[in-house]
Amino acid sequence: MGRTVTHTGHAPPPAPPAPSPRPVPGGAARNAPPNCAQQPRENLAGYLFMSPWIAGFLLLTAGPMAASLYFAFTDYNLFDAPRWIGLQNFSDMFADPRWQKSVEVTVKYVVIGTPLKLAAALGVALLLAQSRRGQAFYRAAFYAPSLIGASVSVAVVWRALFTDDAVVDRTQQLFGMDAGGWVGDPDMILYALVALTVWQFGAPMVIFLAGLKQVPRELYEAAEMDGAGPWRRFWNITLPMISPVLFFNVLLETIHSFQIFGSAYILGGQGNPCGPADATLVYTCYLYQQGFENSRMGFASAMAWMLLIAVGLVTAVLFWSQKRWVHYEENAR
Amino acid sequence: MTLTLDPTSSNRRRHAGSLGWHLGALAVLAVVLYPVVWVLGGSFKPGNEIIGSLDLLPTDPIVANYTRLTEGIAGIPISTFFVNSTILAVGSVGGVVISCSLAAYAFTRIRFAGRNLLFTLMIGTLLLPYHVLMIPQYVLFQKLELINTMVPLLLGKYLAVDAFFVFLMVQFMRALPKELDEAARLDGCGHLRIYWSIVLPLCRPALITSAIFTFINAWNDFMGPLLYLNEPEKYTVSLGLKMFVDQDAVADYGGMIAMSLVALLPVLAFFLAFQRYLIDGMATSGLKG
Repeated sequence: MGRTVTHTGHAPPPAPPAPSPRPVPGGAARNAPPNCAQQPRENLAGYLFMSPWIAGFLLLTAGPMAASLYFAFTDYNLFDAPRWIGLQNFSDMFADPRWQKSVEVTVKYVVIGTPLKLAAALGVALLLAQSRRGQAFYRAAFYAPSLIGASVSVAVVWRALFTDDAVVDRTQQLFGMDAGGWVGDPDMILYALVALTVWQFGAPMVIFLAGLKQVPRELYEAAEMDGAGPWRRFWNITLPMISPVLFFNVLLETIHSFQIFGSAYILGGQGNPCGPADATLVYTCYLYQQGFENSRMGFASAMAWMLLIAVGLVTAVLFWSQKRWVHYEENAR
Repeated sequence: MTLTLDPTSSNRRRHAGSLGWHLGALAVLAVVLYPVVWVLGGSFKPGNEIIGSLDLLPTDPIVANYTRLTEGIAGIPISTFFVNSTILAVGSVGGVVISCSLAAYAFTRIRFAGRNLLFTLMIGTLLLPYHVLMIPQYVLFQKLELINTMVPLLLGKYLAVDAFFVFLMVQFMRALPKELDEAARLDGCGHLRIYWSIVLPLCRPALITSAIFTFINAWNDFMGPLLYLNEPEKYTVSLGLKMFVDQDAVADYGGMIAMSLVALLPVLAFFLAFQRYLIDGMATSGLKG
């Protein structure tokens, strides 16, 4: 995936794999497939147009993936040649309490943050879908945080909001709870990060809203005639009808969440340990520290491959589960 | 009219419902925009009043937080960071628009052997975590002695590595009528000509969406510059801000907040100018496919 898209994370990687481009749809005679004499020229043209992508794929994706797999089994500090050590990195990793902590922090963040963000996105999308007047304005206003949310600026501001005696703490004090701010509290800082994630619900909301627009109105009218209340209509019509969009959002937001870096790094005070008692030591933060601060490139590569395996497994489970809950229209339009 | 939860027929009910709807939407909006208003107000307050105060607006607005920025950060004028970020962002836009549209054209308009395989590979890279590539790419650029230059940050843009934008353009180009370029073909135009004079102009909306997202992503990017740039003179705005926060452990919240806002200005300006393109581009990404 594109590097910036990955870690600033607002441009959404798109829908589940699309069918490959179809040949020109038939019709007029001039649409006839190119004859044999033309095919080599078409091939040449195709590969010329594709050459930047092919170079990028080999040099920046496929090559690095292979290299990273190799490094994962070596001891490598960037200056001396990599030394093969077999599975040592992996056994070190599983025994490393900070690695375990980073997995715990990341899983907690993903499991709490993603559903909350999607619930907020769906809730507000349902609200906005009720009326068209002013919808464009609200849509834009709610979307804006997704665009800036991953920036250093917002993380800095978030730290200021959640620090001791700051706005959130003062508000809590009004209700008689002096918690001392979330940023310094190992039990709470992760929730400040979750709040920052939920705040960026605008991107999935826009996608939900587009999905809601496509639900045929007749379905609601028919259901209402049959006496179905709003709740039943939501469960039996809205939710099944938008399940493909829901699936898409769940998949993307989950994969994104696993890769959070900048916000956690800045919110946690950019240090080592990452946040009070390593409370914001997300996986990529530890990967960065091991690779670039401790020059343990082999260990960090092993960590990266574990992340890839985890993300791959989650993706596979989601795709497998969609048979049970995602309804694709049989005869779409 | 799309009424998802509660289609009502009577006008009076609709009117009352509309008022309630706006109240509900505004209430959510107030919560979401609270941090933005707070920080905007805070940037005009004296440093010691920012953190603890629940007041959104300053009682005595001052501009000292902003004038303080003219002193620069660690002796470097903040304009340096802005110039660096602009070079990175504009350079990225050029690369993405050219390289991704070339690939998308080939995927949709040229029937070459192996096209389906390459398309599948391209889709596969969409979900690949960047962190798997991060270390070998760093090693590669280090061997090429390109650390502390913009090359590692820009090269991928010129090599269509951002599969998301290739995909976006493929979706768009597929929808263009084929008759146009087939007519041009009969007139003897080659692929380069069709790409440049017919398909690219028709793809403007997709190109604009990609360009804006690329600009904003490059502007906000933190990890890339953090890895590859290590002299403060070469820092982008994100790194400049990080350095500000770093050196200012005692917390000059006024300057910090003012700098954060200034750093976001180009993104917000782009958003206000082009929000339609961004949101519509977003919305379709989840539906088609």
